[in-house]
Amino acid sequence: MNAQPRPFWHPLAAGTLLGVALLLTFAITGHGLGASGFFARTAAWLANAIAPEWTASNSYFGPFVRSGNPLASWISWEIVGVLIGGFLGATAAGRFRLGIERGPSISAGTRLLSALVGGVLVGFGARLAQGCTSGVGLSGAGSLAVAGFVFLAGFFAAGFATAYFTRRLWQ
Amino acid sequence: MTFPLYDNGLLSGLFLGVLFGYALEAAGFGSARRLTGQFLLTDWSVFKVMFTAVVVAAFGLWLFQMIGWMRPGSYYVPTLLLYGTFLGGALIGIGFMLGGYCPGTSAVGLASGRIDALVYMVGMVAGSAVYAMVFDWIRPLALATAGPQGWTLPQLFGVSDIVVIAALAVIAFIGWKLGTAVERRFGGPYTAEKVLAEMDGLEAPEGRDFGRVQPAE
Repeated sequence: MNAQPRPFWHPLAAGTLLGVALLLTFAITGHGLGASGFFARTAAWLANAIAPEWTASNSYFGPFVRSGNPLASWISWEIVGVLIGGFLGATAAGRFRLGIERGPSISAGTRLLSALVGGVLVGFGARLAQGCTSGVGLSGAGSLAVAGFVFLAGFFAAGFATAYFTRRLWQ
Repeated sequence: MTFPLYDNGLLSGLFLGVLFGYALEAAGFGSARRLTGQFLLTDWSVFKVMFTAVVVAAFGLWLFQMIGWMRPGSYYVPTLLLYGTFLGGALIGIGFMLGGYCPGTSAVGLASGRIDALVYMVGMVAGSAVYAMVFDWIRPLALATAGPQGWTLPQLFGVSDIVVIAALAVIAFIGWKLGTAVERRFGGPYTAEKVLAEMDGLEAPEGRDFGRVQPAE
């Protein structure tokens, strides 16, 4: 049986650490934290492996592959770091659990399908917004960008509007 | 001292990524149910953690400029594309409620053992490819109504940075108090124990001794 997990951190402590991480990122790199860029680069890399001519001539992926391997970028190392940091934290606190997290009233298959559909929408939306909750929301708001707050307004409005219809997935 | 260092190398990425991932995991953001609890009103951690981080980082950037460690305009500030930014944010909000994560937290979900996070990542790669396929049609909308480059709230309102940061701190405080009252009413927030016990309960076959599994709170 699994050992008792340690509690999540108080939001003030976790938020402060996240804020310090973001501040350090600005100080070291000159930009904020991100995430969706890695998945866009992975898509460009895969497209290039499957259909190099189409990818090179595509107006969105073209610039990614023109300057070499699209994955050779700071954000790829950052995501590797996120995986390491998340894994270290989860295992040290007894919060690592291999499985499918879902509400008690849906099947594992429904959960995986909703995860896939949600991922597609987010992948598309992050390209439209030129970033995600990390890159535009958190980092944008941290730099006081109007874009960061407009992004968060869209994110929170749509999240609350969708909650009623998706509650069965989680509760 | 002068920042930023503009170091975008391997060690910089790994080090900052580890901090980022560790902080998100500590916040409980490897759990899709805790994350989506924000919009189901049962768990306001997303708002609390995010606004705390925004105020801390914004204050730090202001302080670094005050003491001469950083020059204004020396770091990246995203540019507003009114439709693209708002609609993209909204699509991410919908996808978040269906999929359970945003891109960064999905990496933490996978690092915490969640298979659903891996499937979500496959979806994100596919969604990015779909965007590339329709980019020529969508470009006029996506890039329309671009605001001034690197436009900030202090520029918009004509006030100094620290006034905006103080206002954000007040909004964060009010939202925090409100969120705490609401989440308690709805039986939240999620604890690590509850999230994991219910995962174990779902994975275990019927009739088995659940051992340490605790009943729902």
